Amino acid sequence: MKSFTTHSGIAAPMDRANVDTDLIIPKQFLKSIKRTGFGKNLFDAMRYLDEGQPDQSCDGRPLNKDFPLNMKRYHGASVLLTRGNFGCGSSREHAPWALDDYGFRCVIAPSFADIFYNNCFKNGLLPIVLDSTKVDQLFKEMYAAPGYELAIDLNSSSVTTPSGDTFNFEVDEFRRHCLLEGLDDIDLTLQHSNDIRDFELRHAAAAPWVFDAIQGN
Amino acid sequence: MAKTLYDKLWDSHLVKQRDDGSALIYIDRHIIHEVTSPQAFEGLRMARREPWRLDTNIATPDHNVPTTVAERASGVAGIEDIVSRTQVTTLDDNCEEFGIMEYAINDKRQGIVHVIGPESGACLPGMTVVCGDSHTATNGAVGALAHGIGTSEVEHVLATQCLVSMKMKNMLVKVNGELGEGVTSKDVILAIVGKIGTAGGSGYAIEFGGQVMRDMSIEGRMTVCNMAIEAGARAGIVAVDQTTIDYVQGRDFTPTGKLWDQAVVFWQGLHSDDAAKFDLVVELDGSSIEPQVSWGTSPEMVVPVSGRVPDPAAVSDPVKKEGMERALVYMGLTAGQAISDIKLDKVFIGSCTNSRIEDMRAAAQVVKGQKKADSISLAMVVPGSGLVKAQAEAEGLDKVFIDAGLEWREPGCSMCLAMNADKLGNGEHCASTSNRNFEGRQGYGGRTHLVSPAMAAAAAIAGHFIDVREFVGDAS
Repeated sequence: MKSFTTHSGIAAPMDRANVDTDLIIPKQFLKSIKRTGFGKNLFDAMRYLDEGQPDQSCDGRPLNKDFPLNMKRYHGASVLLTRGNFGCGSSREHAPWALDDYGFRCVIAPSFADIFYNNCFKNGLLPIVLDSTKVDQLFKEMYAAPGYELAIDLNSSSVTTPSGDTFNFEVDEFRRHCLLEGLDDIDLTLQHSNDIRDFELRHAAAAPWVFDAIQGN
Repeated sequence: MAKTLYDKLWDSHLVKQRDDGSALIYIDRHIIHEVTSPQAFEGLRMARREPWRLDTNIATPDHNVPTTVAERASGVAGIEDIVSRTQVTTLDDNCEEFGIMEYAINDKRQGIVHVIGPESGACLPGMTVVCGDSHTATNGAVGALAHGIGTSEVEHVLATQCLVSMKMKNMLVKVNGELGEGVTSKDVILAIVGKIGTAGGSGYAIEFGGQVMRDMSIEGRMTVCNMAIEAGARAGIVAVDQTTIDYVQGRDFTPTGKLWDQAVVFWQGLHSDDAAKFDLVVELDGSSIEPQVSWGTSPEMVVPVSGRVPDPAAVSDPVKKEGMERALVYMGLTAGQAISDIKLDKVFIGSCTNSRIEDMRAAAQVVKGQKKADSISLAMVVPGSGLVKAQAEAEGLDKVFIDAGLEWREPGCSMCLAMNADKLGNGEHCASTSNRNFEGRQGYGGRTHLVSPAMAAAAAIAGHFIDVREFVGDAS
């Protein structure tokens, strides 16, 4: 997995609460059997003025000029600033894949939906929770200053603004460690293979019907 | 120490508690569909990993499958959308290659993942159940710890039969008293989401309890647990009781003989202890719940059918106010408008929330002997599985729907998320028994109103929302 240690980049706004994963990547693009190529359809329904189709080139599609990611000042943005409960709804991992493929490395919000939050860490994308007054401050500063950049350091779990304000955030130790090192968590789990086998023996003794095979046809 | 039901399910599947707070949790059942699995199988192939245990997985295509009889007639080859066809074919190929049991497209047991799990007995009380779909909590209705996962976790479960998890907090949502006539499990969960909000359950496993839940059928409990995620909670569960045990008995994968007897004794312990502590308790009075209708673009934006579209001006929180204003514009509604004045274009009865036999019966009871309003261009009924379809047809419900001018379709997710050809046109309003009213969810520019099957059926006849209790009154 891609690691994350430090990152500095332009911040862009998604200034609304409860952004659902249908909005992040609409369902017609979920028909892909790949993990890549979703970036051009990130926020598709907001970003373009027409209805997007899978396997369609986005060159020449009419752009919604009022949408921040289409504004010159946010070009090259890699830090997404947003509101509460970001990533709610569908469990589609295509949402973090699309954000990552577009070029985002980090999303900052007052809160995230549980499944989306978890999915981010599997893809080297860092979701940062800051309280809403701090997020408000970042929004205000970003709107006031084109090219506004934020510096994120996962080692010290901090976000630093251009004026030098530093906000600390919390991340679970396991997730932080995996992200810093870019660890594959399947490998980590397989290191516990003996524990898993021991558990299966105990579990089968207590609830043997659980191990009845799914078979037939 | 007294434990909640969630504590018991967690403890009985804990493989390893690690020092950093994370834990390895054993997964008893894994359900697979075509949309969130191809990249996981590809990951296994790339890393040359074998599945840990094959016989715990069960697969079926549901999101992409067409629902018209004509398009279904020739199976996978008949899927007109080539991208959808590729995804369904990829699932077939992966199941074949890895040796995973699949209910393929025209198998009579095929259906929506969250319908076939409990229906087949693959998902039983006390199990941990995961699937790459956020509505997996549906299985919590039989007392299983069930939740949605992402594709990386689908791969992780295939490779290790475990998930890396953090324990959630415990919430009890207690629905007291009795529901009024014509008020259903869908109205209960919409009222709950409206009360605690779409992020109210974030970080929690929700146990649904109280007299209303005890009196509710298992299929009704599935509707409630299904939408736990709409309240932000990954998992929703209901304690096992005699209703649960009666429901699971005799299904394809339910144990029999001595194993059954042993299982029943085990399952009878699957409830929260009297002295168990919850981090949060929310109570609702069941008798005061009315049939609900969502007006906006988040499942928390619900009002009783007798109500009006709320006014953002009355809300002080600027983020919430702005969300309501945006929803009004998207939905083409004005504050203060009566819910019964919303003009409808389509009606969808189906989805993992409401496509089981009891839902079919409830809708059929309302439309029996009536005619669909001319202003409704399409009213479709999509059963949740081939077995639900067969049962409904055995009861003559298909004829009731067809006689009333509704379409009777083949099983699948259909217009709940519009990955197949079933979708709303730009600006169309739909009375839908599904679970999400997000922007564009049922089609680009489509406007979804979440309701119960009986309310959707009544709307199909009236052409607008109407309190189904008036229909119930007429029929009886």
